[in-house]
This record gives sequence, structure tokens and C-alpha cells, in this order.
Amino acid sequence: MSKKTVLYDKHVEYGGKIVDFAGWQMPVNYGSQIEEHHQVRTDAGMFDVSHMTVIDLTGEDVKPFLQKLLANDVARLKAQGKALYSCMLNQDGGVIDDLIVYYLEDIWYRMVVNAATRDKDLAWIDQQSSGFDVEIKERSDLAMIAVQGPRARQKAIEVLPVDVVEAASELDRFYGSQCGEWFVGRTGYTGEDGFEIMLPDSEAPSFWDGLAEAGVKPCGLGARDTLRLEAGMNLYGADMTESTSPLISGLGWTVAWEPEDRDFIGRAALERQREKGVAQKLVGLVLEEKGILRGHQRVVVDGVGEGETTSGTFSPTLKQSIAFARVPKQTGSHCQVEIRGKLLSARVVKPVFVRDGKAV
Amino acid sequence: MSEIPSELRYTKSHEWVRNEDDGTVTVGITDHAQELLGDLVYVELPEVGTEMAAEDAVCVVESVKAASDVYMPVSGEVVVVNSDLADAPETINDSPYDDGWLIKIKLSNPDEINDLMDADSYEAEIEED
Repeated sequence: MSKKTVLYDKHVEYGGKIVDFAGWQMPVNYGSQIEEHHQVRTDAGMFDVSHMTVIDLTGEDVKPFLQKLLANDVARLKAQGKALYSCMLNQDGGVIDDLIVYYLEDIWYRMVVNAATRDKDLAWIDQQSSGFDVEIKERSDLAMIAVQGPRARQKAIEVLPVDVVEAASELDRFYGSQCGEWFVGRTGYTGEDGFEIMLPDSEAPSFWDGLAEAGVKPCGLGARDTLRLEAGMNLYGADMTESTSPLISGLGWTVAWEPEDRDFIGRAALERQREKGVAQKLVGLVLEEKGILRGHQRVVVDGVGEGETTSGTFSPTLKQSIAFARVPKQTGSHCQVEIRGKLLSARVVKPVFVRDGKAV
Repeated sequence: MSEIPSELRYTKSHEWVRNEDDGTVTVGITDHAQELLGDLVYVELPEVGTEMAAEDAVCVVESVKAASDVYMPVSGEVVVVNSDLADAPETINDSPYDDGWLIKIKLSNPDEINDLMDADSYEAEIEED
């Protein structure tokens, strides 16, 4: 049985083409995925991300609990409202999910995890929480709208409720603020500035209309994927999974090794991998010939070995095909990718292709 | 509602076929197919001179989202390809039945055209999907 977000009727009204995504009926585009992509790179677009799972963690032990649960360290969150990107690992150092956690109060953190991993995440978090004074509450009463693009904040501020506007206007990048029943974070998954706004379900449809009137165009999950790939942001289930460690997924920077005595889940396994030396790395690829890179294509590195693309697409900004690939550690600046039996040459780059609207 | 010109013939795999009445046919993908695929960004055309049987995969069209094979609606030899599509694959989205045509085929068995669906049958077919 497919689920619908509170904005489903709006998607249909605005001409969204609906597809199944992780059990949710979501808009993949509202006409042209490429136009929606450019809209976010040059102006402002909005995405319904209400299918994502919002979890509030409260209680006296919430900080030590998150220091055990997450590979990144919530102790880095010194200022109220600050957000942190982290992996949640299993004992083998594989990635159960990636998430954003906001520090709201000393006894209140908010996490946003993926829709597709909701059930296993909640079960895992619940299981690990035994012995901690912590309450875990899923906030399925909240809708979430991501407003992204160089003009996103300015346009969103025009329609945010009066009591939310001031806090939203003052947010620095990667901070969030709870304002009554609303929450505004200056975060996103597109490589552009903008907000991620959580609000009561009942207020979401009229807020969506208000944003549209302010010139924020509805964008589907299709554009969300090309935007995140250009921005060099990993997709869970494609670029990293339970059988890949963050160290071979381009996510080593999210692992907080210090302090050494913080015993987060997966730490022992990661330390063994680090001592042994990892054999692979996640890189970006830019296809130098015509064609489209996709996930699970074979990568051949002359004289070194082989790897595989983890996700790929046509980049509307670069007008070339780009991908992430897991390749041997010794891979240099070029490789070849097999597409339908042919080897095509690709340039190996850092996996960030576009930032703030410009090619990197 | 997608456009289905009445003078063309169709396949279940969403190719259209125009009989040029000189032993050749022109082939493309339907309006319905381009809507399903979304923005097209790459087309891989066959070599002129390629000979194939009906239902063999002859081209690949790729949208931002996915790659999709295009099949020979009839058996024959590819005699012309629409090479303008290489630099402008979005033409298929804008004009699936005219400028967005893919290939012309010289029929090896002209009777095969009669096996294809007419517009009404194709319309019924896509309503079932």
C-alpha cells in the first residue's frame, strides 16, 4: 500500500508526474526535470521531502547516546541549532544510513533520516538505546519542504509566518531554528543555499501555494537527484550501503576519530580498516565522450585494476555525463567506463562538480 | 493526453512507423514514450547499412532518468539515421513525430507493416498500461 504525503493533492494539482519512491507516491517531475534543475541552480525551487523520517530524541542521556550511535561526534555541536552530517554504522563499520542531526537543546536533538531506511533505522536506534535515558519519537505529524536556490531564502522569507521570519533571516549556513511548531534549517541536498522547513501537516498545503505564488517552482525527485550528484552529495543505497564503510565511500571526513575514547558503534571495525589501509576510494567521473553514466557500470583503470560506478547521470549544468565510482586507491586522473560493451574514457575528479550554481 | 496521429502504425514497445510507400518506412518513438522517459539527453543511433529483424534492439534513447532500447518495428536495412539528434536529443521531446524521427528502414518484407497496430489499437494499448 503506497503512502502519500500531505502534499500529494498539490503535486497532482501542479501537474506532477507521480511515481513510487520507497513506498511513497511522489512527483518525479512536473514537466521537465532539466528545467527544474536549472530553476534551482539559477533561482528557487521547492521539493516535498515529507516522506523523509524526522526523529526527535530527548532525555538526560541524549548526548552520550548520540555519541555512541553516530560516527560523527555531536560534541562538535557547540552552538544551539547547529547541524551535523553523520553516518550511522553497524558493528562492522557498514553504513546503516546517513542523516542530519540538529542540536536544539541539551536534552533535545532532531534527526532526519532517509525514507527508504525508516523501519530499520527506527528498530536499530531503539535497540541501541537500551540503558540510556532517552526518548525516541518519530515526528510523522510534520511535513517537510526544501526550498533551494540562490533566491530561495529571499522568496521563502516573503511567505514564512511572521513569528518565524526573524529567526529564519538570521540563520547561518548549516544551522536550524525551532519557532513554535515550525522548524527552519539552512540546509539542503542540492549544493545551493536555501531552507529545509518542517511544519505541521495541516499548514503545509497553503504554505506550498504561498511559495508558488512567490515564484518558487515545484521540483520533483528527478531534479533532486541530478542536483545532489552535481553537488557531490552521496545517495544512501547507491554510493554507500551496509556493506561499504565510510572510508571507501568518500565519507572519511564525517568520522570523528577524536576523542580517542569515544566508543561509537563501528569504531573498532573502522580502526582495523584504517590500520590495514583501505584499497578503494570514491571518486567523481566526467565522461569525455558522448553517452550517459549510470550506477553499476564497470570501471577499468589501466595497469591498476577495476571498479564500479555507484551512481551516474547527465549533468544539466555541465552538459556532460557525471558519476561517482568506487575505484582502486591507486587510480590516477583517467579511467574507462564500460557502457553497453564499449569502453569510453572518463576523467577522474574530486566528487564535487557544481557549487553555488557554478562548475567546479 | 498524448498525441497519436491516425496515419501512422505502432508497436507495443512504443515505436511509430510511417509508410513512405517507396519500400521504406520512417521510425520514431511515440509521444507517449517520450512523456514516460522525460527529458532526453542522449541517442545512440545504428550504423547506416545495419540489417536487423523485427523486434531487435536497434537504438538506445536515454533520458536523464534511464536508458531505453528502441526496437525494429519491421525487418530490414537501416538506410538513413537522423544524425541531427546527436547534438539535440531533446528534439524527440519537442517533436516526436516530425523532427524527432530516428531511422529509415528499407523493408525486407513489406507485408510486415500489416502486423503493426493502427492508432486506435495503440490508444487502447496504452490505456491498459
